[in-house]
Amino acid sequence: MSASTTGFELERGSHRLRAAVELLSSMRFAIALLSVICIASVIGTVLKQHEPVNNYINQFGPFWAELFGTAQLYSVYGAWWFLLILAFLVTSTSLCIVRNTPKILKDLKSYKESVREQSLKAFALRAEADLAASPEATAQSMGRALAGAGWKVKLQQRETGVMVAAKAGAANKLGYLAAHSAIVLICLGGLFDGDLVVKAQTWFQGKTPFMGGGMIADVADQHRLSDRNPTFRGNLLVSEGQRSGTAILSQPDGVLLQDLPFDIELKKFSVDYYSTGMPKLFASDIVIHDRYSGESKEARVEVNHPVSYRGVEIYQSSFDDGGSRLKLKGIAIDGKPGSLAIEGRVGESARIEIGGKPMTLELTALRVINVENLGQAAGSGADVRKVDLRHAIEGRLGAGNKTMSQQERRNVGPSVNYKLRDASGQATEYNNYMQPLELDGRRVFLLGVRDTPAEPFRYLRLPVDESDSMAGFLNLRAALADPAQRREAVRRYAAGATEGQRRDLTQALEASAARALDLFAGVESSNAARNPARPPGGLPALSQFIEAQVPEAERERASEMLLRILNGTLFELAQVGRAHAGLPALARDERSVSFMTQSLIALSDSFYYPVPMALELDAFTQVQASVFQVARAPGKTVVYLGCLFLILGVFAMLYVRERRLWVWLAPRADGGLHATLALSSNRKTMDTEREFETLKTLLLQTPIEVKA
Amino acid sequence: MTTATQNLALPLPPGYFARRNLSDWLFALFVAVGAGVVLALYSAHMDGYEQAILIGAVPALVALAWFWRPVRQLTVAVAALSLLAIWLYQSGGQPDLARAEQAFLLKYFLSSQSAILWMSMLFFMATAFYWVGLLSRAHGDGFEKLGSRLTWVAITLALVGSLVRWFESYLIGADVGHIPVSNLYEVFVLFSWLTAAYYLYYEDQYQTRRMGAFVMLVVSAAVGFLLWYTVVREAHQIQPLVPALQSWWMKLHVPANFIGYGTFALAAMVAFAYLIKQQAGETRWHKLTPIWLLGVALCFVPIAFRVRVVAEAGGSYWLGYAAVSVLITLGILLGRRRIAERLPAPEVLDDVMYKSIAVGFAFFTIATVLGALWAAEAWGGYWSWDPKETWALIVWLNYAAWLHMRLMKGLRGTVAAWWALAGLAVTTFAFLGVNMFLSGLHSYGTL
Repeated sequence: MSASTTGFELERGSHRLRAAVELLSSMRFAIALLSVICIASVIGTVLKQHEPVNNYINQFGPFWAELFGTAQLYSVYGAWWFLLILAFLVTSTSLCIVRNTPKILKDLKSYKESVREQSLKAFALRAEADLAASPEATAQSMGRALAGAGWKVKLQQRETGVMVAAKAGAANKLGYLAAHSAIVLICLGGLFDGDLVVKAQTWFQGKTPFMGGGMIADVADQHRLSDRNPTFRGNLLVSEGQRSGTAILSQPDGVLLQDLPFDIELKKFSVDYYSTGMPKLFASDIVIHDRYSGESKEARVEVNHPVSYRGVEIYQSSFDDGGSRLKLKGIAIDGKPGSLAIEGRVGESARIEIGGKPMTLELTALRVINVENLGQAAGSGADVRKVDLRHAIEGRLGAGNKTMSQQERRNVGPSVNYKLRDASGQATEYNNYMQPLELDGRRVFLLGVRDTPAEPFRYLRLPVDESDSMAGFLNLRAALADPAQRREAVRRYAAGATEGQRRDLTQALEASAARALDLFAGVESSNAARNPARPPGGLPALSQFIEAQVPEAERERASEMLLRILNGTLFELAQVGRAHAGLPALARDERSVSFMTQSLIALSDSFYYPVPMALELDAFTQVQASVFQVARAPGKTVVYLGCLFLILGVFAMLYVRERRLWVWLAPRADGGLHATLALSSNRKTMDTEREFETLKTLLLQTPIEVKA
Repeated sequence: MTTATQNLALPLPPGYFARRNLSDWLFALFVAVGAGVVLALYSAHMDGYEQAILIGAVPALVALAWFWRPVRQLTVAVAALSLLAIWLYQSGGQPDLARAEQAFLLKYFLSSQSAILWMSMLFFMATAFYWVGLLSRAHGDGFEKLGSRLTWVAITLALVGSLVRWFESYLIGADVGHIPVSNLYEVFVLFSWLTAAYYLYYEDQYQTRRMGAFVMLVVSAAVGFLLWYTVVREAHQIQPLVPALQSWWMKLHVPANFIGYGTFALAAMVAFAYLIKQQAGETRWHKLTPIWLLGVALCFVPIAFRVRVVAEAGGSYWLGYAAVSVLITLGILLGRRRIAERLPAPEVLDDVMYKSIAVGFAFFTIATVLGALWAAEAWGGYWSWDPKETWALIVWLNYAAWLHMRLMKGLRGTVAAWWALAGLAVTTFAFLGVNMFLSGLHSYGTL
């Protein structure tokens, strides 16, 4: 390429200035800048940007976190030094264009026909031949042939012969200009659309970030940007049925409020799902209320389909809960009487009392649709280790919907998330499903608990009763907590099991049953000094009892015995509880057995539930909120123009070879003609060599090779 | 004088249309008729854009096939096989996905999974044949020819598999249907066949099959990954599109990007061949760095995946992969003289390297610009310094610098080759590493 890569040389000015300008406009400087940009960009991708400061302190320790913060590594792409490098890049590229443009324009016009015949000998691609014709006529026909092949030709008659000068591929140089001005355009447009303009307003117009809370309308003017602000990018949260016209621009140390020339009213936010549970559509039906003309315009914003109004683009960015109304009801996990009914909105918190302790209830989320994969358990029968090649291959032939492991995704209905925070500030998170769902072929209610967000929920599974509700189980739990009902159940069990036998046998069984049931219910008080490690009840209490009281050899038999007694007594307890609640007795069938088996485990687990009362989602009214991104980016047009130039420029530079060709035709003493052909190109590729061969055949029929 | 004039008038190259032969015109007719039939049958279901794209595709495909003639056979074969598959899917006048299990041809050859599995096997075989050709003392050309043929068949099946997959996605659900370039599994198929097709083009242009062994290595590596992804992760299942991907920009952005990735990979493998050729006579082991590097890099791939792989059943798979890698490295190391002898001249390798980087760079530029246009619609900003975007910029700057150095300063040879090889590392990180190690907006193909 004939465009030079060294710097721009000023003709005036001091030596230092000239040296500086030369350096600034040289390619080595540009490459150095680009390398720094690359390194900075890598840092920006490896280090998570715009996180809260505490995260960085946890990650790097206070010293490094502080150091990185000073170097603005947490927002690399907005750092002053990064912008400075970009500014240098723009300057450097502009100077490069300024330096090369006059030369390129001159070259575009010139054919360089005045080249000396001697200098043709210096070209790598050259050939010579003796032709039997006059220089003028040959020059004419060569000119026509070259013009026919797409060259631009100029002939120069000299005293000693004729020079044919031709050129092709001038677009290459234009491509050079286009590609380099594209860089300048893209950087300028991008810089303008970045947060420079917003920053300028904080510097020169005294705007300061807002750090407090409260209503948007109450925020003072010094934290608000005018709706004539030419460029900004902010977020706007609107709940269903509400309207808002102030976007929030987050700044490193607070927020700025951006007033919009219109209000957005959210009519409805909708989410559609595929059958797999993946979201299919996020859409907001909005009404735009113009603040100036008072007009209203309906619109629908979807992902990939933004709406533009008064130069502001409105994008569907995300969504949130807009304060859904929840009605919660207490479930007595400990079986003690008492009721609790709470009404509230998602995002609110309330002081309540559970089990005599004051707690703060935080309603965190309502999820109306939960799609879960319930097929895993069913497919687990297949042995993964068994390698059967035929089976393995067959399983993978076929259509793109086929998988080896079966998945069955189903919507299992709404769930509610809440936290209970005790007096010391410790919070436990709960996730309760509203409806029972089928797990391993049995319908259960799931009550989830976890202590930190990092761990998965552990679920308490409550079996459903014959009317698909949890009332049957809760009734049983209440009966287990009631000494009178327990006594009655023990009595009935012992009487039933020893019917028609000796009275002392009945009494012995009664004692065993009472002990088993009391242990299970967590009220066994034989060792009065309460061991803190003692299980609060359930099956662990039984097994601990056996370990403590029964010699090792007899433990298995004893625990089998104890379990059988416990099962029988629990069944009677269920009957007693039902009679107590005025319900019909349980039939002695398969279904009751299944219910009792699950209840045994659920009852045992219920002693380990962290609070005596869980909250069940009784009813809800969903209110959603849509988060919009609103942006005004006038630099976009400039950037897009730059992109167009870039593509055209890159193609022109890579795929148009600029070539110049000279044929010097000198008459010889014997009446013939000596022709010297030379080709130059700014691309030394094999294509050029191939083209030279074609031209040689075209122009010089029987060339005489000249060895260099 | 008269003789000279006559001679000069003679050998002007004939015009573009004059160079067309009968089969060129027949192909053009075939494409035009095909598009016409589609328009006649389905224009009621297409909007204006879609009709315009269909009509515009006719001259584009014809021009491509006229530019490089083997595209004609490929188009006809792919069209015929895909239509056959669609016809086989019909059951009682309605297409039915269950036919994939019933019809013999569908189950074993033409359904998307089967076709792509065949593609995988054929790419492996082609690689093996190219290597046997490169190393064998006699019949080398014959083996390489076979390798080249197998690659053609593999590309055909890759295209058929992709097109049938597209069709199948609509059979799963009208709202699920989409072009198969939406997740990592689908783009790996795209990458494999695009890279192979570009290689075959250069094979044709430079009339040498001797670079195939090296280029097909990277294709085989991609196929190996694809198989792991299928077998262990079951990533082949057609998934519906999340809202952000429901855009026609995807159809342009992704393929343009993969032309870039594919040709950059191709250039790197040719650069590798260049370095081998250059160091063939080297007897000091420490000087054979490129081969050692390859070996180390290949063996480290499983370690990059260690976190999940060891836990999953895929551990043995990666062990096999590492074993194959070691074998390949040892093979190259021991046979380097023979390989260097058979490899084409350094100038040819250098030229192929430049050409493929140039193509890749041009399309990568287009892809990045298209990505910016799409981001402006989907994420609300044409540039948001998302990790994927940033890494795309780094890749772009890297190759821009490479091209600058070559075109402005005439950089060639060893340094250019090393740089192209290093470029593959940067490209691979942008393509896979970002998905594995960094998070961001662009997390469609998670690992």
